[in-house]
Amino acid sequence: MDLKQMYREIVNEHNLHPTHKYDLDAPTQVCRGINPSCGDDINLQLVVEDGVITDGSYNGTGCAISQASADMMLDLVIGKPLEEAEKLIDLFNRMIKGETTEEELEELDEAAALQDISHMPARVKCAQLGWRTLGEMIVKKEEE
Amino acid sequence: MTGSKADFPLLLNEDYIYFDNAATSMRPKEVTDAITAFYEEMNANPMRGLYEWSINATEAYEGARKKVARFIGAKSASEIVFTRNSTESLNLVAYSYGRAFVNEGDEIVVSVSEHHSNILPWQMVAREKKAKLVWLECDENGAYSDEELESKIGPKTKVVAIAHVSNVLGQPKDLKKIAALAHSFGAVIVADGAQAAPHMAVDVQDLDVDFYVFSGHKMLGPMGIGVLYAKKALLEKMPPFLTGGEMIEYVTREDATFAEVPHKFEAGTVNAAGAVGLGAAIDYLNVLGFDAVRHREEKITALLMEEMAKIPHVTVYGDKDPAKHCGIVTFNIDGCHPHDVASILDADHICIRAGHHCAQPLMQYMKVNSTCRASVYFYNTENEVMRFVQSLARVREELGYGS
Repeated sequence: MDLKQMYREIVNEHNLHPTHKYDLDAPTQVCRGINPSCGDDINLQLVVEDGVITDGSYNGTGCAISQASADMMLDLVIGKPLEEAEKLIDLFNRMIKGETTEEELEELDEAAALQDISHMPARVKCAQLGWRTLGEMIVKKEEE
Repeated sequence: MTGSKADFPLLLNEDYIYFDNAATSMRPKEVTDAITAFYEEMNANPMRGLYEWSINATEAYEGARKKVARFIGAKSASEIVFTRNSTESLNLVAYSYGRAFVNEGDEIVVSVSEHHSNILPWQMVAREKKAKLVWLECDENGAYSDEELESKIGPKTKVVAIAHVSNVLGQPKDLKKIAALAHSFGAVIVADGAQAAPHMAVDVQDLDVDFYVFSGHKMLGPMGIGVLYAKKALLEKMPPFLTGGEMIEYVTREDATFAEVPHKFEAGTVNAAGAVGLGAAIDYLNVLGFDAVRHREEKITALLMEEMAKIPHVTVYGDKDPAKHCGIVTFNIDGCHPHDVASILDADHICIRAGHHCAQPLMQYMKVNSTCRASVYFYNTENEVMRFVQSLARVREELGYGS
């Protein structure tokens, strides 16, 4: 997929009409993620109950790819246990490095559309911001 | 040479439009040929050798120094120190002059539109010496009023750090006036010429600046060679920055005496081929002439600003007068993050810069997180401008906003 197609088919929709971009009333976990060189800045919020992500949202500013990627990630992880979210983060990171099979990609659903970011080194950090932040949040939660 | 695109091998590929000249310029064949010739025809370590090749290498290196001195009107070649780039030159001034001559309670005046490279070294000096950073605030065009300058530069000022031309807004400063004001209080002026030297004739004696720095790679020269000009009396009283090989006069087990300036500041094997390449770039610019450079650049910049003004949702920052931009046109598109804009333009093979341009205090002052920057040089063409604005006009639609 070329870059313009990627924006048209998936990124724009999630960036301009995000499902999960708002503040939760009572998150149990909050974590801020920043890409200093881009100015991407998101605040990821989750409700985790008995090891399951029951609700989640994000807020912040940044490029379309960082915002859309966070929105698609929340589509995927809400309702899932933390261990499964960790697996998806690993899968997403391997996809960005170009190390996944077609079959595995299906698990990432819409987020698989960001596959070709692997050819755009300058934008990799944007796509990973939400996922990286979620990963940090899970590590923190496990340390609690 | 033709003084046009035809001189630049990478620009012969008409599919690409290079509008990131403020980051680094293209290099003409004359420059890369001169570098190759240095390695193929002499290739010895300058200064040290007592044989023909090394003597030739020394002459080539010192010849480049003389060219630089003439290029900026320095009194003598000994006032020219070769560095890696402007950043290293500014660090040299801060680490050597700043740490030796700024004291507790002194003030260092820094302009808000500086590149980080003329801010961070002074933050370091201020922290270490318990001196105070005083900020010069610009207007929306990046200009500094007389009142602002006079209210910030005063008896406590030891250093005034200011760019000749901003890498975000252009806007040449009246360095002669600022230098005179600084001198009236016994302060020195450290001028960052990285964005000025490629675009205008500079005469450091006329400007009466104490320090003037620039990079070779933004003015057709190779990467990895930069210049520090300083008045000789200052260089002589400054301690060395880096120590080691080739900067000494005499070394014992406990101590050393240092070489004469400028060699005192050029420790280790120097970038002789880089200096020779910079010399070739200066030759190129001298033949073309800065009148021609400015004429071409202003024409292209004026067309660019005129055409960009016709596109809805595009905001261009800085002065209305294209001549004040020095080829730099910084802008934003409503609702579009600069990195997305740059990616969409990249898909059309158009190279621009997007981000904070290493000038975050200025971004904060402008109340933006980041911006896009198109920057042109004399070899860019009207045709490129028209193709750029055509692509630019489609960016919002590509990012999902109704056409």
